[in-house]
Amino acid sequence: MFRLEPRGERSTFWTYGSPVLAVLLTILTMGAIFAVMGAPPVTAIETFLISPITSVAGLSALAVRAAPLIIIGVGLAFCYRANVWNIGGDGQFTLGAIAGGGLALLFPNEAFWWFYPVVLVTGILGGMAWAAIVAALKLRFNANEILTSLMLVYIAQLVLVWLVTGPWRDPHGFGFPQSAMFSAGATTPMIFSGTTIHLGCLLAPLLAIVLWQVMARSVLGFQLRVVGQAPRAARYAGFSNARLTWIALLVSGGLSGLAGIIEVTGPVGQLTTSITPGYGFTAVIVAFLGRLHPVGVIFAGLLLALSYLGGDAAQINLNLPNAITGIFQGVLLFYLLGADILILYRLKRVNPAAPVTENS
Amino acid sequence: MDSTTPPPTAAPASDPLLILRGIVKQFPGCLANDHVDLTVGRHEIHALLGENGAGKSTLVKIIYGVMKPDAGTITWDGKIVTIANPAQARALGIGMVFQHFSLFEALTVAENIALGLNNPEDRVGLYDRIVDISTRYGLPLDPKRAVHDLSVGERQRIEIVRCLLQNPKLLIMDEPTSVLTPQEVQKLFGTLRRLAAEGCSILYISHKLEEIRALCERATIMRLGKVTAHCIPSEKTARELAELMISAKLKTQNFGARAVSSHAPRLVLDRLTIRSNQPFGTDLKDISFAVAPGEILGIAGIAGNGQTELMEALSGEIPAGSPKNILLDGIEIGHEGPMARRKRGCCALPEERNGHGAVGGMTLSENGFLSANMRGALQRLGLINRKRTRAFAAGVIERFDVRTTGPEAEARSLSGGNLQKFLIGREVVQQPSVLILSQPTWGVDAGAAAAIYEALVALAKGGTAIVIISQDLDEILMLCDRIAVIAAGRISPPVKVMDATIEQIGLLMGGSRHQEPEHVPA
Repeated sequence: MFRLEPRGERSTFWTYGSPVLAVLLTILTMGAIFAVMGAPPVTAIETFLISPITSVAGLSALAVRAAPLIIIGVGLAFCYRANVWNIGGDGQFTLGAIAGGGLALLFPNEAFWWFYPVVLVTGILGGMAWAAIVAALKLRFNANEILTSLMLVYIAQLVLVWLVTGPWRDPHGFGFPQSAMFSAGATTPMIFSGTTIHLGCLLAPLLAIVLWQVMARSVLGFQLRVVGQAPRAARYAGFSNARLTWIALLVSGGLSGLAGIIEVTGPVGQLTTSITPGYGFTAVIVAFLGRLHPVGVIFAGLLLALSYLGGDAAQINLNLPNAITGIFQGVLLFYLLGADILILYRLKRVNPAAPVTENS
Repeated sequence: MDSTTPPPTAAPASDPLLILRGIVKQFPGCLANDHVDLTVGRHEIHALLGENGAGKSTLVKIIYGVMKPDAGTITWDGKIVTIANPAQARALGIGMVFQHFSLFEALTVAENIALGLNNPEDRVGLYDRIVDISTRYGLPLDPKRAVHDLSVGERQRIEIVRCLLQNPKLLIMDEPTSVLTPQEVQKLFGTLRRLAAEGCSILYISHKLEEIRALCERATIMRLGKVTAHCIPSEKTARELAELMISAKLKTQNFGARAVSSHAPRLVLDRLTIRSNQPFGTDLKDISFAVAPGEILGIAGIAGNGQTELMEALSGEIPAGSPKNILLDGIEIGHEGPMARRKRGCCALPEERNGHGAVGGMTLSENGFLSANMRGALQRLGLINRKRTRAFAAGVIERFDVRTTGPEAEARSLSGGNLQKFLIGREVVQQPSVLILSQPTWGVDAGAAAAIYEALVALAKGGTAIVIISQDLDEILMLCDRIAVIAAGRISPPVKVMDATIEQIGLLMGGSRHQEPEHVPA
C-alpha cells in the first residue's frame, strides 16, 4: 500500500523530474496501445519517435514543425506565469495569418525588402487584436478568459473559411477553398538552402531566449510572476493587475499571430481552410511540459513536433491511423498532470500489517 | 451563590478527571507534542499556557478527538480511553469552544445550537433549555435572534451554551478572550468560575498572562512541544510566567517617553470615506486623524471593524475618493497608488505575511525588491539590479538578525517571526517618513516582537510618523503615544495612552451598538 503525504514544500527534483517521468510513462503506454492495435510495440515506437529524425530531411522537418509550437508556447508560458489562462492560441494564430496574409494578398506585386517585415508585424497585430478581445472582456465584464479565448478560436476558423471560400478565393484556383499563393516578396525566407528550414526556425529559439531574460531579469517579468503567484502581494506592491493582464494577453496573442503569419507565408504558402493542425492547443501542452520556462518550451516544442512527424510515419509505414498523434499528446498531458502531484506530495509506503485505519 | 461555595482546594492530586501521559504527536518536519503530561483535576480551572506554536492546540485537539496521538495514554475519570472522534469526546463529557466559531450567519441562535446536537431527541424543549442555561450562567442570549446580528462576544456565548447543553465534565476553551472586549472578558470569567464551582473542570488555553493569573488555579506551561513547568499562576508574577513560556529572559521594555515634536503632522487623514471592495467588508466613514513626526499612533479595535480597509486605504491599495483625504507632509496623495506613495515615503505592511506582504515562493531578495524597488533604487532601465537587490536583502537580514540561509532563501522557508522581522526590516531600512503597520507582532515569538518594537521606536526617534493597527491592546499601550479605536468603520478621537483607561478603551471597542442588559450578578 502507498499513501500520498504532503511534503510541505515544492520539490525541485520533481519540478523537473515530473516531465521526464511523464514522457517515459507515455512511451510505455503508447507501446501498449500499439500492441493492442496489432503493431509490434518496439518497432512502432521506433517508427513513431526515432525514425522521423534519422535524416537531415527529417531533422529539418522537425524544426519546421517545432517553430510554431515554440513561438506560441513561449507566449503562453509568459501569459500563464501571470495566472492568465489564454488557451486560444489557435485563434490568435489564425487571425495573425488572416491579417498578415490579407496584406500580402492586397499587394501581390510588392517586392521591396521591407514588405515582408511589414507583413510579419501585421500578423502580430492581428493576433494581438484577437487576444485584446479576451483582455477587454476579462477586465470589463470579468469574463473567464479560458472560455472567451476558446470560443474565439472557432470564430477565427469560421472567418478564415468564409474568406477563402468567398472574397479571398483564388479566381484561378479551380474553385478550391484557398487564396492565391503569396508573392515572393511576402514569403518567409529560407535559412539553409536545400532544406526546409526557414526564418521561423531561427526566430523560435531567439524569442525563447529573449522572453527568458524578460521573465528573469526585467521588472516587468518580476511583476508578472508576482501577480501570478500572489495577486494580493502584487496589489500591495502597486502593480496594476489590468496592465499586466493586457501585457500577458497581448504578448501571447502577438506571438501566436507571428507564428500564424510565418506558417502561412512559409510552409503553407497561401491561406487555406486548414492552416493549423491545432498548433495553438498543442502549444498549451508544450508550455506546461516546458514548466512554463522558455528554455523548457524549446525542448517540449521539439518533442511535440516529433509527435506530428511520428503520426505521419506511423500512418505511412505501419498503416496506423493519424490520430496516434492526438493520442500521444493527450496521454502525455494526462501523465504530466498526474506526475505533477509528486512536486507537492511524496509517496509513502504504508505497512499493511499495521492498523492504520481501524475506523472512520 | 458562587461566593458561598467552598473553593475546591487541593483536590486534583487525589482523583483527577483527566490524565495525559507521554503524549507524542509528530507532524511532517515538526514534533508538535513531545511526551506531554497533563493532569486536570475536578472543579479545576487549569491553564495551558504557551506561545504560538508551543503545541497547545495540538494537545487539545487530541483530547477532543480531532487528532490521534502517535503515543501516550489518556486516562478519563479513572479509565484509560481512546478518543476516536469529537462525537466520542462529547459522549464522554468533553466540550470544546474553538477559537474560530462554526456558526451559520443566516440562522438563529436556536437553529445553530440544534444543528450541533448529536441526536434529534435533544431538540425537545431546546428553547427553554437555552434560556435556562444562558440565564443561569450569565450568558444572555435570545434564541430567536439571527447570528449575523450578534457581536463576537455573543457568538462565543452560543458556542459555550451549545457545550453546556451536553452537561460536560470538562470544557476546553481555546484562546477565548482574543476576540472580546475587556468588559466581555470579565463576564466570561464570572461564567467560568461559576461552572467550575458547580463541578465542571475547565482547560483554559491562552498566552495572556494576566488573565491566567486572575482566573486559573493551576497552570501547565508548554514550550516547543514540551511541558516546561507546572505551577500555581497566582504565586507567580506575569514576568516569571513569561520567562517560563519563552526561554530567554525578557529584555526590560521601556518604550514611550519620547518627546513628540509639535511640528506639522506628517500624515493627515481628512474625512476619509471608502466603500469596502469586499462582499462582507466594512465601509470606512469619516475617518480623520493626524500623526506628528516621531509619534506612534495605535489603532485598536476588534477584528472586522474596518482595519483591513483602513490599511488598504493608507497603503494605496484602495484609492481614496479625493486626493485631499490623505495628506503626506502636506501633499495630497489620496488618489495615488501604492508605488507612488512609497516613492514619496509612505510605506506600509499589512498583517497577512503570506501572499500579501510577501510572496512565499519567492526569495528574500525578490521579496525585498517587491516593496523597496523604488526607495532602494534596485532597478535600472526596467531591469532588476540583482547585485543591489541581493545586497539590500542581505543588509536587512544582518541588521534585523533574521535567521535564514541568506538572501536566496525562499520566504516560506522562514518561520513566522523571522519572516516578519525581515518584512518590517525591509520597510524600516527604507527610512520612510510615514510607516503604517497592521498587527506587527501577530504570530511572532516574544524575542522577535521585542526586536520589532525596538526597531520601530528607533525609527520614530528619527522623525518617522508610525501608525500601528493592532488587536493586541497590550502592544498598543506599551508602544504607542496615542491610541484611537476603530469600531464599525468609524474611528474615535485619539487620546494619549497615559490618559486612557482600559475600561474607556473597552467601551469604545465594543461600539455604541453593544449595549445589552447586565444579567451577570457581580
